[in-house]
Amino acid sequence: MNDRADQLSNLDLDAPDKTYLDSNELIINMGPQHPATHGVLRVILKLDGEKVLGTECVIGYLHRGVEKIAENRTYTMFNPYVDRMDYVAAVSNGLGYCEAVEKLLNVEAPARAKYIRVILTELNRIASHQLWLGTHALDIGAMTPLFYTFRDREEILKIFEKYCGARLTTHAFRIGGCQYETYAGFEKDVKNFLTFVAPKIDEYETLLTTNRIWLERTKNVGVISAADAIALGVTGPVLRASGVKWDLRKAQPYAAYSDFDFDIPIGENGDTYDRYLVRMVEMRQSLLIIEQAVNGIPEGPIMGKVPKVIKPPVGEIYHSIEAPKGELGYFIVSDGSTQPYRIRVRPPSFVNLQALDIMVRGLLVADVIAVIGTLDIVLGEVDR
Amino acid sequence: MAEDVKTPAPPPPPEGEKKPAAEKTAEGAPSVADTKPAAPAKPAAVAKPAPPAKPAGPVPLPWISPLVEKYKSQYGSAIEALTYLGQNYFAVDRSLIPNLLRLLRDEEEFDYCVDITAVHYPKREKQFDVIWILYSFPRNERVRVKTQIADGASIGSSVSIWATANWLEREVYDMFGIHFDGHPDLKRILLPDGWKGHPLRKDYGILQQDQEWVQINLGIESGQ
Amino acid sequence: MPNFIMSYLGSTLTPGGAGNQFWALIYVLIIFAGVSVAVIAMNWIERKALAHFQIRLGPMRVGPHGLLQPFADALKLMLKEDIIPSEADQFVFWVAPLIGLLAAFTVYTVIPFGPSQAVSDMNIGILFMLGVSSLGVLGIVVAGWASNSHYPLIGALRSSAQMVSYEVAMGLAVVSAIVMTSLNTSGTGTLSMIGIVQAQQQQGVWFIFKFFPLGFIAFGIFAIAMVAETNRAPFDMAEAESELTAGYHTEYSGLRWSLFMLAEYAAMIAVSSIAVTLWLGGWMRPFPNLLHAPAWDFIFSLFPGLTFAGLAAIALIGTVRMPSQSFFKIQRIGLAIFAGLLGLIALLLLVVAVAGRSDSGIVARFNDGIGYVYWFVLKVSVFMYLFIWYRATWPRYRFDQLMKIGWKVMLPISLGVLVVTAIVGVIF
Repeated sequence: MNDRADQLSNLDLDAPDKTYLDSNELIINMGPQHPATHGVLRVILKLDGEKVLGTECVIGYLHRGVEKIAENRTYTMFNPYVDRMDYVAAVSNGLGYCEAVEKLLNVEAPARAKYIRVILTELNRIASHQLWLGTHALDIGAMTPLFYTFRDREEILKIFEKYCGARLTTHAFRIGGCQYETYAGFEKDVKNFLTFVAPKIDEYETLLTTNRIWLERTKNVGVISAADAIALGVTGPVLRASGVKWDLRKAQPYAAYSDFDFDIPIGENGDTYDRYLVRMVEMRQSLLIIEQAVNGIPEGPIMGKVPKVIKPPVGEIYHSIEAPKGELGYFIVSDGSTQPYRIRVRPPSFVNLQALDIMVRGLLVADVIAVIGTLDIVLGEVDR
Repeated sequence: MAEDVKTPAPPPPPEGEKKPAAEKTAEGAPSVADTKPAAPAKPAAVAKPAPPAKPAGPVPLPWISPLVEKYKSQYGSAIEALTYLGQNYFAVDRSLIPNLLRLLRDEEEFDYCVDITAVHYPKREKQFDVIWILYSFPRNERVRVKTQIADGASIGSSVSIWATANWLEREVYDMFGIHFDGHPDLKRILLPDGWKGHPLRKDYGILQQDQEWVQINLGIESGQ
Repeated sequence: MPNFIMSYLGSTLTPGGAGNQFWALIYVLIIFAGVSVAVIAMNWIERKALAHFQIRLGPMRVGPHGLLQPFADALKLMLKEDIIPSEADQFVFWVAPLIGLLAAFTVYTVIPFGPSQAVSDMNIGILFMLGVSSLGVLGIVVAGWASNSHYPLIGALRSSAQMVSYEVAMGLAVVSAIVMTSLNTSGTGTLSMIGIVQAQQQQGVWFIFKFFPLGFIAFGIFAIAMVAETNRAPFDMAEAESELTAGYHTEYSGLRWSLFMLAEYAAMIAVSSIAVTLWLGGWMRPFPNLLHAPAWDFIFSLFPGLTFAGLAAIALIGTVRMPSQSFFKIQRIGLAIFAGLLGLIALLLLVVAVAGRSDSGIVARFNDGIGYVYWFVLKVSVFMYLFIWYRATWPRYRFDQLMKIGWKVMLPISLGVLVVTAIVGVIF
């Protein structure tokens, strides 16, 4: 397992733009503008004919210096920036950040706020997985699930819009709890959504799960073993599909997750098909969580006792949550002032993308795109 | 012209207090961070009464566990184990890296390296804090390992221990300029290859950029 | 002049068979126009059907319900700048789409729309068809080569490899259908397309149902192979946008690209016509032997008129349901005119059908001719719809999987079907 580390990114690429057609090896550049790389990602492939010998990812096209900005904003001011990293699952980002700062302040959000947070985060998980499914299927050639998933995702975005005014970069939570009380009809909307989306998920499965072509394109493609996954720090559905039953919502529960009863799906082979199945089951488990949560939202305040000016005492904290893409962690160093001294975001997509190299060795070029899709990366999070 | 630029006026005095002229000139540049409301003082008073003492916040407490005992007996004073707000961490001497990390992985089953990051304290002698956040699946525990290194010094790479350290250390190098010995491919990851400067250092301004790179590669004067 | 026309209408031979160049030319022009209209219609149907599969509407603005969209697209492509890569081989670059087009259109010479409605009924019709459609591969390879860029070249080679490998399976499936033609009472088979349909007529069964499931499997092989031949989903790796090699037509823009698309759709219609001819009874109406009373003949001859009447009714409903804003006024008028046209055609066809019942001369022959063409076109349309349905539903096969299917799955099965068909044909 240790010598794998030496194999990583050792491609001897000093002139990646030249192609050598006379030798057997070909160096091909994918991106940064490419319909299938889910953002501005540049992948340099070293091919032997059609087989991939190695890859190198060039990232940083979307680097906006979020961590540097954090040092120049107060804790409250930084909250909206966090949504823009993983813009697909903005609510999760906000949850992680707010909880990290709350830990640093040693306060806890009230129970009602926690339930609201769980509901919105799980809705966002479903939305993120739906977007993943649509784009992943599109890359593999199935055009239709994209439209179905985006259409159904609209319902979630409508709920977000009614709740906090924004669909994508929601800024839903505040340090200490939630700012907005649930609007009149929130529970009804969420319950309607639950009954609405369950048959839709069945529809996606009908289109893909037993489809012969889908199976051939995804089975045994992009296999990563559990040991490799752990060594590479891969988390989220990718890790679970390799057989490691680990989910931060169960292992180190946060925000009312310990009140709910749900399962963690795992896969067997660690291939693309297993990751697909794991995410489909995760969507259904999220529905279960939302159902339990929405049926039992406690009454009470939605904002904890947090001072108006947030000035955590000197110290450091690391807090992570299970974002749809993996373990999203915030390492915050406070120097006692209103502005954080250092915020480090541990992005799941960044670490998962590192595993791309191992996963595509020996595969064909067409599979590289399938594997990038299955890793479910969002470049906003990779680059920050 | 310099003479026409007035020194910015000090902030208006809080309600109910009149500052004597002597205090005004003594203050000079406005104190922006002075948000604590001062108790109303008599007009002739020079010094403000001290603000009421805040209750002491949490402080790092010693972390007591068999794991700590083992390493303390092994490394003695080079290792310090503390816990803050329920999160345990080791503050170790630089010489212990990467051996301690390897021990943690091999013996204590910290098989998942969650993150590697750094913090810059420019006023300290050893300016950089390099932090490893580790997690153990069998134990369901997280631990941090912190060490301090000076500017320009390098530190052992943990790529041979956890494969994930590859990109994480590249990012630390990119943002802070800390060199990792033994890293197979230490080059910039988020910033373009020819960029000069390491942005997350405290002496790198928020609006600063590598003008030369921008002019050469983007063909514009500045990105601002 | 009327004698001239009468002599044609009285004949039971194809113009090629009768050596009549004038009518052959008329036929060629009709086919050319018909295929062009069919391609335009196919373009519209593809966009609309694909959109409806994906719960959206498709083109709605250019003409009522997007009916003028293909014309707008054709116009746009014609007006585009003609870009030729400077390093490309100029002449070859220019001629490549023409080769593909030639191959696609020449196949129509032998496609029978009726017992005497074909340009020419060669006795080697099916052989001619297989041979000429293979020429399409040349067009693709030449296009990729002439682009002087390695991605189109790789894409072209892949496309040609794919087409060649599926031609083998296609050919064997065709042979098993030919074998079935020899089970006539006369004991001899035939390669002529019209002869194949007449064999089905004589044996009283569409070959897809003959020796069930043998005919069905052969038909299945051909149906899959023809999708791969025309580079359509799920075998469209060579021209998919999300892959690295962007296909042989990357460097082509504007009119040249539209010629490739024309060739592709024409090829689709051509291979579907072959499938219809060989297995689905060509121009024969359903149940010609089972329900052969004149009353049934009359009922089935009403179908063309009723189909157009149905289409006119749909267009009329669309007119009524148009939103009432002023923007839609012109669309409403347009759709009403279209509905009117369809209704007119429906009326004409119904009149002919009714008149042809009692007549036994020209009108009857005319009526029969319309019937033949109608059933043929209907069956081909089903295939066209299937092509679109496949594209909407299924992901793409990876190239090596595609080739594996062509050689390791289709070829053995088609060989097996051929052998078993021959054995069964001898026994029974």
